[in-house]
Amino acid sequence: MTPFKSALRIAGRHPAAAIAALFLLGLTLLALLAPWLRGDSPWAMVAAPLLPPFSQWAHPLGTDMLGRDLFTGLLYGARSSLLVGALSTFLTLLIGVGVGAVAGYNGGWIDALLMRIAEFFLILPALFLAVILVSVLEPSTSSVVLAITLVAWPSVARLVRSEFLTLRQREFVLAARVSGQSAAQIILRQILPNALTPVLVVAGFVMATAILTEAALSFLGLGDPDGMSWGYMINASRNLLRDAWWMSLWPGLAILLTVLAVNLLTEGLRSALGRQGGRHAD
Amino acid sequence: MPTDNAGQEPLLTVRSLRIPLPQGGDRSHALYDLSLELERGEVLCVVGESGSGKSMLANALIRLLPETVRIEQGDIRFAGQDLLALDERGMRQLRGNRIAMVFQDPLAALNPLLNIGEQIDETLRAHGYGNASARRQRILELLDYTGLPDPQSIRHAYPFQLSGGQRQRVVIAMALALGPDLLIADEPTSALDVTTQAQILELIRRIQQDRQMAMLLITHDFGVVRTLGDRVLVLRHGQLIEQGPVQSMLDRPQNGYTRELLDAVRASPSQPRPDLDLDDAPVILRTRGLSHSYLRRQGLWKKQRVTALEDASITLKRGETLGIVGESGSGKSTLGRLLLRLLDADQGEILYQDIDLAKLNQKQLRPLRGDIQMIFQDPGASLNPRQTIGHSLMAGLLVQGSSPAEAEQRARALLEQVGLPANAFNRYPDAFSGGQRQRIGIARALAVHPRIVVADECVSALDVSVQARILTLLEDLQRRLGLSLIFITHDLRVAARLCDRVAVIQKGRIVEQGPTSEVFNNPAHPYTRALVEAIPGHQRYPST
Repeated sequence: MTPFKSALRIAGRHPAAAIAALFLLGLTLLALLAPWLRGDSPWAMVAAPLLPPFSQWAHPLGTDMLGRDLFTGLLYGARSSLLVGALSTFLTLLIGVGVGAVAGYNGGWIDALLMRIAEFFLILPALFLAVILVSVLEPSTSSVVLAITLVAWPSVARLVRSEFLTLRQREFVLAARVSGQSAAQIILRQILPNALTPVLVVAGFVMATAILTEAALSFLGLGDPDGMSWGYMINASRNLLRDAWWMSLWPGLAILLTVLAVNLLTEGLRSALGRQGGRHAD
Repeated sequence: MPTDNAGQEPLLTVRSLRIPLPQGGDRSHALYDLSLELERGEVLCVVGESGSGKSMLANALIRLLPETVRIEQGDIRFAGQDLLALDERGMRQLRGNRIAMVFQDPLAALNPLLNIGEQIDETLRAHGYGNASARRQRILELLDYTGLPDPQSIRHAYPFQLSGGQRQRVVIAMALALGPDLLIADEPTSALDVTTQAQILELIRRIQQDRQMAMLLITHDFGVVRTLGDRVLVLRHGQLIEQGPVQSMLDRPQNGYTRELLDAVRASPSQPRPDLDLDDAPVILRTRGLSHSYLRRQGLWKKQRVTALEDASITLKRGETLGIVGESGSGKSTLGRLLLRLLDADQGEILYQDIDLAKLNQKQLRPLRGDIQMIFQDPGASLNPRQTIGHSLMAGLLVQGSSPAEAEQRARALLEQVGLPANAFNRYPDAFSGGQRQRIGIARALAVHPRIVVADECVSALDVSVQARILTLLEDLQRRLGLSLIFITHDLRVAARLCDRVAVIQKGRIVEQGPTSEVFNNPAHPYTRALVEAIPGHQRYPST
């Protein structure tokens, strides 16, 4: 069976996840193509202010109090949300998997030390830490990513560690040790591929949380000041909730759908991979 | 009519029972047209390997089949009653009352949160047995009857506080609570150690004879059949192969498959394999005073040092098979893992080529890794599920410095040597059965041209007929390659068949060591004697 066909079959078994994947793919494409589709700047004042949605074809979702096009804003907002989401997930996995693997494989005092550090970060309230960090470091995309990573890595590390603790006792890992493979080889080739399923699932939740945290930070005015973002758009609309409901509705909907899509996709991946992992001949 | 002559009618009659399996199984039916009869007071043994449908039969009788499985056709009559026509309520009244069941794993069959007395009381209460004091009286009686010491305190104990054998006694006591007419026992002793197994089999036999209760005994082991059975029925892939009285079946099996199952038990310690001439062979591995202990947490703060192995000294000659025999928890696996340095010894030495392996660090050890290899117990867990068979076989070779082309050639040659198809190279472990995976495990151990192979219970997870084939393969490879083998097992029959010398290990100490025939025929240590006598069916072996 070709990979394409088997992908189609898996998609058929998990329709919600397939739709979610298509949604995220479409959103990413739109975000990437935003400058060509909707012009160079989401900040440009292009029409009359507070234009309701569906009243002018050129501005399908309406405009805000300064006459900025909301559809353009949404697409540019998707750029920062997805960028922050992807970058912080990547960084979180890198640190989390690395620390978890080293701690779980070695055990002993290395494990104890790394886990105490992880626990230190876990007891701090996540959003509070992010707010403080971003305000100390100057609001920018990289500081937002850093803040999100810093609060998210411990849970990944703890998960990977526990996977490693059980897997390193498994006979195929012992067999690898007996055959003389080095610790790095065993971690990368033998254990990690078997620990990836739960990590992938957590990665999905990290991404969803990252998108929400980014929105929250920019709502609080702590996002990248040069980038349009969904959180900023909601913040800008909060005084006009009764006069221009659409200003808050669209970005709110965007956040809701994106986070939902990430969660659905993760859920689908988990059950698809779980089935594959649990398949045995006898 | 049937109700009139119920007295003559067999207690249990099954007629052409057919149970289909859900789509996508390895075969279409779990049971196909099975018929059997069981008289009052008779012990019928149903023998078969995994996947034979024997447990499905037991579950069908008491209607505990999985949701996805339905009886397609057939007829089950118990004491004149049509069981398939009975509703759930009527069935519930039969279960535990007139038909009782003993399961394989006593730990899984008992509720960990209730004490023993409460659990037996539940069964009694469910069937409306007397008042509280009558029930308490009955519980004490049952516990005493099944040979549990001090029933008064056992009644208040929780399952985790009892040993495996004691737990199985409790499960049997529960099954007997209401004096059933039929006892179904599904592999009642295969989760137990040999000495415990012997005691439980003796208990079951005593109870059965005492109460003249009919019994359906499900087992894979002809040794158990020999001890308990009146009649045998051999099942394979859901089909009846052969049935008849135990003695004639043991003496004159008609079917080739039955003979294969019987052969597995025949390799008894009274007929060990002919000794090879190993007197002049040089010693290849020697340990002196090897010990290992670990800390176990007790409660919140206290830690207790537990000795797993103490002062173990063994020698292994070139080309020899040394058996390490003992029950679970005896320290035999610890010894194997110490030899491979998967565990570190507290003290003692492991001498190989005048090098003390126990003193080397992991880095110094790596060049020597190829010389000593291991075959693991669980064929399901010993292969990386995310690696193709080819990669698993090649990994060790690549580490030892072969080029990828050489490694691939060697891996393909090995697959052929252990009797697997060439296309296995690119497939993943889940495409293979347990026996095939164990062949892969053997191939992996042999890949790096080892001189010593440690096999830790490498056939105990396999069916007997598969076991026999794997042992033959091992023996054959050993002769051809001149390997020295350390064979760790709890199964004396397997040890007797394969080993030149054995070391018997009990509670972390080697109690006896010597040539297999000597140790098994004239055991010097009382523990060895107990082990040999505990082999199921031993007492009824013709003394040739």
